[in-house]
Amino acid sequence: MNPNHDHFPEGESFRQSLGRRYRTASIWQGLFFSAFLIAILSLGALLYNIIDGAFGYVAFDYKNDPSEFTSKPLDDLNKQELLDILKTNLSSGAYKKLDNEKTMEKRSRSVLYTLVLERLIQIDTKETWSMTDSILRSAEIKVEAAEKYPEAKLEFRSWLTPVFLTTPMSSKAEFAGVRTAILGSLWMVGIAILFAMPIGTGAAIYLHEYANKNFINRVIQTNINNLAGVPSIVYGMLGLAIFVRTFEPFTSGSMFGVTDTNGRTILSAGLTMGTLVLPLIIINAQEAIKAVPDSLRQAAFGVGATRWQTIWHHVLPNALPGILTGSILAVSRAIGETAPLIVVGASTFISIDPDGPFSKFTALPIQIYQWTTRAQSEFHAIAASAIIVLLALLLSLNATAVLLRNRVQRKY
Amino acid sequence: MKNNQTPEIAIETKNLFIFYGSFAAVSEVNLKIEKQKVTAIIGPSGCGKSTLLRAFNRMNDFVPSSYVTGEVLLSGQNLYGSNIDPVEVRRRIGMVFQKPNPFPKSIYENIAWGARINGFKGNMDELVEQSLRGAALWEEVKDQLQKSAYELSGGQQQRLCIARTIAIQPDIILMDEPASALDPISTLRIEELMQELKKNYTIIIVTHNMQQAARVSDYTAMMMLEKDGSRSGTVIEFSETKKIFTNPKDKRTEDYVTGRFG
Ligand SMILES: Nc1ncnc2c1ncn2[C@@H]1O[C@H](COP(=O)(O)OP(=O)(O)O)[C@@H](O)[C@H]1O
Ligand SMILES: [Mg+2]
Repeated sequence: MNPNHDHFPEGESFRQSLGRRYRTASIWQGLFFSAFLIAILSLGALLYNIIDGAFGYVAFDYKNDPSEFTSKPLDDLNKQELLDILKTNLSSGAYKKLDNEKTMEKRSRSVLYTLVLERLIQIDTKETWSMTDSILRSAEIKVEAAEKYPEAKLEFRSWLTPVFLTTPMSSKAEFAGVRTAILGSLWMVGIAILFAMPIGTGAAIYLHEYANKNFINRVIQTNINNLAGVPSIVYGMLGLAIFVRTFEPFTSGSMFGVTDTNGRTILSAGLTMGTLVLPLIIINAQEAIKAVPDSLRQAAFGVGATRWQTIWHHVLPNALPGILTGSILAVSRAIGETAPLIVVGASTFISIDPDGPFSKFTALPIQIYQWTTRAQSEFHAIAASAIIVLLALLLSLNATAVLLRNRVQRKY
Repeated sequence: MKNNQTPEIAIETKNLFIFYGSFAAVSEVNLKIEKQKVTAIIGPSGCGKSTLLRAFNRMNDFVPSSYVTGEVLLSGQNLYGSNIDPVEVRRRIGMVFQKPNPFPKSIYENIAWGARINGFKGNMDELVEQSLRGAALWEEVKDQLQKSAYELSGGQQQRLCIARTIAIQPDIILMDEPASALDPISTLRIEELMQELKKNYTIIIVTHNMQQAARVSDYTAMMMLEKDGSRSGTVIEFSETKKIFTNPKDKRTEDYVTGRFG
């Protein structure tokens, strides 16, 4: 008989100890589940909070009654009639300024309609309610609004509308849109990626295919990895010192005959963002290049290819999906960054579309930040809408990256 | 016809040492490899067979710590001379690897690419057909030249790699255990192919399969680790394959080829 036999619990005592083991296990399982729950809940709360702000009741009033300008109901006016109303009622200076921004005759009816509302009738938002309140306390809100603002109209409104996407910034929340900010963000990440992708890929190729594995290159490698973790505001300071100040003649465009700007341009912002994502792109490109098997390089060298031919015809094409995926992820990082833009000097109020690298600019996160700092609740509503736009942009970028990675996976 | 008394030498090593850092993986190799013959390099694993083979077309250059001393002479010219470009060496001495490694491209492109980068100006379609015929693959793939090389079987892929090598018309073809990843039937086809190829090319093949060496080769170089415990490999015996297998001079060779090694 096994001498150790006596040391194991048998029968009832075994079942007891088994019960204890199960209890410990279920405590741990419960802990893990709560961790998971907390994560999901905080994500859910975040999303809910954003959506909650973007829809809901709004009580508003007309400062000037529409009947002061026209006898017809507003909705029935055609484009010419709207134009006439604007011409006769706006001061000639204000009209000329609008006409200079974009010829009035060329604007669409809905734009003119919005102008009439914004400039002449002047909507005055009294109060906004969150989506949850609007649904759960609908009756109370109606009573409350009728009491507090007897003149005002109450309307359930989605602040996120197609018009919101296509109208420029305005000082009135009801008429503000994110068009300028979206365009600014797109210009900026476009420049950033045009700058960082070739340089990042080139650096990765150099490091993986050419550089000796000596001490200096190992130090450089480690520093690239560390740079990816440097707080983004530091890149903002760098961008301010280098792109905005030192290279001002270039980034302001004065070198090319552009006169009306300083260094705080889209170009400076794009280059700053490019520098910010450069380590990220280098690291991703290195991973992609590393994944190209050595046997493929040997095959190319074996038929008498030079190093460059091997890289150009085999390493790069096979690493390209990975490099692109990395670059898209870099773009989605850049598009959400706020701090560097504040330092580099994004404009907070700008209503003219950026028309080139030397334009002043604003970007989505800047716009959001600016709106959330305003006191009036209607600005919080459009901030929430802009956050939804930003999130949608980020998600679609990440989805593209995932699709790309899954589609072009190679077998060797 | 060639004169049997003075065989032509394709490649020759003189007092060749191959180092990885300070470690001499291969030491003191003196070989004369005859033209249009198959020469086998055999020996236990880790004795430096691949290292020696890769020294013939400077593939070891890609291991940063490696270097050689001594000479490797191709038509009297030292491949490690300062005026020699390794790219040119590899164009004249092709290589087939242990694991089939076709390019992730079409069958056609696999062959055309090497020719194109080396400045081939002739009729590419003809070259592709000729090379595939040379590698005994044409009949199997002639209707699907645009298909990805990865859709071929392992044996077909290895013959494609041979076709790719002969497309650039090298003088010598190096093969590092070319059949070790293949099934017996594919192995047989590669072995038959070698008999065809030696009509036009000099072939050096590394194998750890003694029967294979006996079947395909005219000459055999037997490699072993040096007895002094330095873990450095060297050629202990080099002669006609028949002799190595029937009447070896070295006791260690005899033990190895009769399976008493180890
Ligand atoms: N790239 C390398 N770097 C360092 N040592 C190597 C390298 N390749 C092979 N070696 C060493 O050289 C010796 C011979 O290896 P190899 O030529 O691959 O032997 P074989 O092909 O006969 O099995 C072994 O000790 C191996 O560890
Ligand atoms: Mg080997």
